[in-house]
Amino acid sequence: MEIELRINGSAQRLDISPQVSLLDALREYLGLTGTKKGCDQGACGACTVLADGQRINACLALAVQYQGREITTIEGVDHPLQAAFIRTDGFQCGYCTSGQICSAIGMLAEHKDGAPSAATEDLAATSEELDDDEIRERMSGNLCRCGAYNGIVSAIKEVAK
Amino acid sequence: MNSFSYVSAPDLDTALRTIANTEDVKFLAGGTNLVDLMREGIERPGTVVDITRLPLTGIEELPDGGIRVGALVSNSRLAADPVIRTRYPVLARAILLGASAQLRNMATVGGNLLQRTRCLYFYDDVAACNKRTPGSGCDAIGGFSRSSAVLGASEHCIATHPSDMAVALAMLDAVIEVQSLHGTRQIPIAEFHRVPGDTPQIETVLAADELITAVTLPPVPVAANSHYRKVRDRASYAFALVSVAAALAVEGGVVAEVRIALGGVGTKPWRAVEAERVLLGGPATEEAFARAAEAELAAAVGGPQNAFKIELARRTIVATLRQLMVEGNPA
Repeated sequence: MEIELRINGSAQRLDISPQVSLLDALREYLGLTGTKKGCDQGACGACTVLADGQRINACLALAVQYQGREITTIEGVDHPLQAAFIRTDGFQCGYCTSGQICSAIGMLAEHKDGAPSAATEDLAATSEELDDDEIRERMSGNLCRCGAYNGIVSAIKEVAK
Repeated sequence: MNSFSYVSAPDLDTALRTIANTEDVKFLAGGTNLVDLMREGIERPGTVVDITRLPLTGIEELPDGGIRVGALVSNSRLAADPVIRTRYPVLARAILLGASAQLRNMATVGGNLLQRTRCLYFYDDVAACNKRTPGSGCDAIGGFSRSSAVLGASEHCIATHPSDMAVALAMLDAVIEVQSLHGTRQIPIAEFHRVPGDTPQIETVLAADELITAVTLPPVPVAANSHYRKVRDRASYAFALVSVAAALAVEGGVVAEVRIALGGVGTKPWRAVEAERVLLGGPATEEAFARAAEAELAAAVGGPQNAFKIELARRTIVATLRQLMVEGNPA
């Protein structure tokens, strides 16, 4: 079927079957390979992209469902987090990094909107400081098999200030 | 993934008509469970009806003090809602302790209620599983059953219900509103999910032509002092081994009101009615909490790998009530 997606600010027309995931549409049909396929079952976060600014797992999203939404992938990101990840050694192999950065962008927006996390002690409070525990909990949907978590937390903390 | 026809429903009537008049059809909302199950070949619908454009996204206060939550409200939006956070903290916390932020952004309230077990044998298509292939048997019994249920199981199925949100809803006596071409039904959550019995493939009382349209939370003043405690194998982003949703009011050292529901241990979100009965009107002491937990768990059956959940549940119930006792009744 013919669908139209908005990716990184431009409209893209695709002829795909409805079972194609947003992740496969990006990688296999549009050549946007910055978004990575890790587990393909919503467990690792490597495929994280932003839909209208909200972070989602592109592997569990059918492309056809995301028509009319503004999708941002790492190719469309220009954010201080990118330099911060380099400065703080927020990666080794780099495979999870595009998902980590898109996820962190979504996370910072959620926090700015006052959204709580499981690490938030007082749910009634409208804003808690983004300390290490908050960052780790809010980023727990993004796995890093190299274990660069300390650098990732530092990068996010630096940018959140 | 099998190939299927895709229909995007522009309105509720089209959605209900399509599901009533089509064979082998599934509603699709957030997709966090259904897309995965289709990719694994466990769900193979011929037609998928995308309902994400339906206007079921409201969170409204009701005249009686309750809240009506549209079925398509995302898990993250519900957990972040200021009214939910202050009046029903147990619900906000249960949601925040489930899945990841990405999944909570996608997943809906209706979909969360209908998510299917993560029992390893349900996902393993060479294993016997009565839920996946009725009549094939249950390889979880006597198999790798560390995560399996100790309450509500049968000789046909010992799979746990995976939801955290639904455990809090069970504690709150939420009502599930469902709609079909024949009208609307209000189903108390205690009656919504089924224990497996000899038909583990039938998990809810939802009819094939019905759509969940909303979840209503009644006014539950005691829920202002409520908590959700989850015990799992890692600190975040894992299903529960045991979880406890509880609310407690104590007056003059006596339990004036108590609500308890359990997750990770039951084949459905488990309201601990026996524990509540034992506690109500009695002393609010740690010994009483333990006796109540033991009364609830007297019916629990554990195998070699999951019997630990019975003791873990007892301790988690006591710990949760102790915390509510301290926080809700400051000295």
